[in-house]
Amino acid sequence: MAKHLTPGRIVLYAALLLMAIYYLLPLYVMLSTSVKTLDDIRGGNLIALPQSITLDAWSKAWSSACTGVECGGMKGFFWNSVKMAVPSVLISTLIGAVNGYVVSMWRFRGSDVLFTLLLVGCFIPFQVVLLPMARLLGELGIANTTSGLILVHVIYGLAFTTLFFRNFFVTIPDELVKAARIDGAGFWTIFLRILLPISGPIFMVCVIWQFTQIWNDFLFGVVFAAGESQPITVALNNLVNTSTGVKEYNVDMAAAIIAALPTLFVYMVAGRYFVRGLTAGAVKG
Amino acid sequence: MAALSINNVCKTYANGTDVLKGIDIAIEDGQFLILVGPSGCGKSTLLNMIAGLDDISSGDIEIGGKRVNDLSPKDRDIAMVFQSYALYPSMSVRKNISFGLEIRKMPQGEIDATVERVAQMLQMTHLLDRKPSQLSGGQRQRVAMGRALARNPSIFLFDEPLSNLDAKLRVEMRTEIKLMHQRLKSTIVYVTHDQIEAMTLGDRIAVMKDGIVQQFGSPQDIYDNPANLFVASFIGSPSMNFIPAQVVESAGVLGVKICDDQGCVILPLPHAQDKMKPWLGREVIFGIRPEQITDARTAYREGLPVMACHIDVIEPTGPDTLVFVSLNNTKVCCRTHPTEAKLPGHSMELVFDVSKAVLFDPTTEQRIA
Ligand SMILES: Nc1ncnc2c1ncn2[C@@H]1O[C@H](COP(=O)(O)OP(=O)(O)O)[C@@H](O)[C@H]1O
Ligand SMILES: [Mg+2]
Repeated sequence: MAKHLTPGRIVLYAALLLMAIYYLLPLYVMLSTSVKTLDDIRGGNLIALPQSITLDAWSKAWSSACTGVECGGMKGFFWNSVKMAVPSVLISTLIGAVNGYVVSMWRFRGSDVLFTLLLVGCFIPFQVVLLPMARLLGELGIANTTSGLILVHVIYGLAFTTLFFRNFFVTIPDELVKAARIDGAGFWTIFLRILLPISGPIFMVCVIWQFTQIWNDFLFGVVFAAGESQPITVALNNLVNTSTGVKEYNVDMAAAIIAALPTLFVYMVAGRYFVRGLTAGAVKG
Repeated sequence: MAALSINNVCKTYANGTDVLKGIDIAIEDGQFLILVGPSGCGKSTLLNMIAGLDDISSGDIEIGGKRVNDLSPKDRDIAMVFQSYALYPSMSVRKNISFGLEIRKMPQGEIDATVERVAQMLQMTHLLDRKPSQLSGGQRQRVAMGRALARNPSIFLFDEPLSNLDAKLRVEMRTEIKLMHQRLKSTIVYVTHDQIEAMTLGDRIAVMKDGIVQQFGSPQDIYDNPANLFVASFIGSPSMNFIPAQVVESAGVLGVKICDDQGCVILPLPHAQDKMKPWLGREVIFGIRPEQITDARTAYREGLPVMACHIDVIEPTGPDTLVFVSLNNTKVCCRTHPTEAKLPGHSMELVFDVSKAVLFDPTTEQRIA
């Protein structure tokens, strides 16, 4: 097809450009505001370029901004979130992989029912589980701890990760597993040596999905974690709502970007696998 | 000693479908058994049960005289080649072949020697370090065979191994499999829906339909003496002609009455007199293969019944020309010599070799004579 700039194309590109600006503008405002001085913010308008660039707001947001009574910045909470998200993502993805393997390759009596129940798990609203979960965490003695939060996220994520892996594994011909069984491979050998090595794309999907969900979660964080163990989303909320005289928009913006960076990073590193993993079957031919 | 014996094996799936209804098959060591039948008749199910991949609902399977019903696939001393080849996608060809040997804890030196030997036998030494995705269909097929050969099992199981290949390659591989069988004298169970594969490869053929073995015998026996209408129509290409015809008596000999738009002849069937007697005056299905209706030059035998028939269509295939005529209002295919065939619209003298003709009961579709 010839790539002439027909009027239709010009309109199309213009529309796309407009939409891109529409979506990028908030990011720009956040970035530019975060490097402005407070005077600059008060004097200029929202989308004006910064007069001079300073990283003071960033360092304050990271290490000395007040989140409620504490004034240690986002630092501690950032690591809280890392300590919560990384194990939650890995554990829920690994268990989901095994679950998906079982419900797709080793169908047993009732495995369809089990899978349907798991699917229902995807649709349970967060609010519904709050009280029972609080009670359970209390009984287990891990209320208000990072471990407790990890447990909640793992359980909640299992429905999704199982679904992802199951849908991936059903595209793999049964004959592959049959061949391995005849070769003498057992349950774990088949999983570890034959299926996992070809599960890269769906692994990426799960990791991205789970990481985004867990890192961005606010409700579970605010309910099941207190004080020292709160995740960064809760801390961000506290930081923005803690007023000590003047409103420091530049610090707020820097803190918000810090809170969003890890998910952005995950998308940049693994994003191209996302669509590929969702659409691709595992084996050709 | 029977290498494989299948005794009254049934399979009912959890949803209640009866897939296999009492299968009885036994083969000797070194025989090439074909399971053939239309798609969905239960061939793969039976093969999976021989392999131990699927449970038997009732009955027994014995391999080398040992009952294997409760043995897992890895303990049955079998190897299997699948239609999709089922090569392990993440492993190189070498690894694909050695995987089963490693799991069986064969010493590394022996594994290397085995892989080398198999690769040489199948002329794929140069492919050993490739991944399955870098192979053509025919090469994948070879690797799948190599994987089975490396294991040196007492029975090879093949599930439609050639049906994903193009026509030319399929014929080549067919010959190779046959050569391999002759060389290794291995016992093979081979599933196919292709009757030509069945005829060319098998020592013994089990023709299946609806979970029942319709006939079990040597290829020639099944071709010449089909047990029922289904077997007769399934084996042979072009298919046997089935002409509804009345049993009549002429000069003290029973025969069938065959008419076209110009007149009738009676084809006497001296080889089937006794069995035809109860059917005198009634309608039967007269089965005759295309090569048994031919031109006078090809027939080369005197004294056979002849009929002048009006030709509807001809199909030259090269070695012979198929001539289609209408007998008893049924389209009938005749195989003639290319130079003897007349053009459509003309009349042609056709010779009926009835010595191998068969008769079926029109209601039960079972063989009468
Ligand atoms: N797990 C199953 N549950 C229920 N029915 C099945 C199952 N597997 C196969 N079948 C049915 O068994 C019949 C025979 O299947 P199969 O042995 O694969 O046929 P073939 O290999 O001869 O084409 C088919 O009708 C199929 O639908
Ligand atoms: Mg099949």
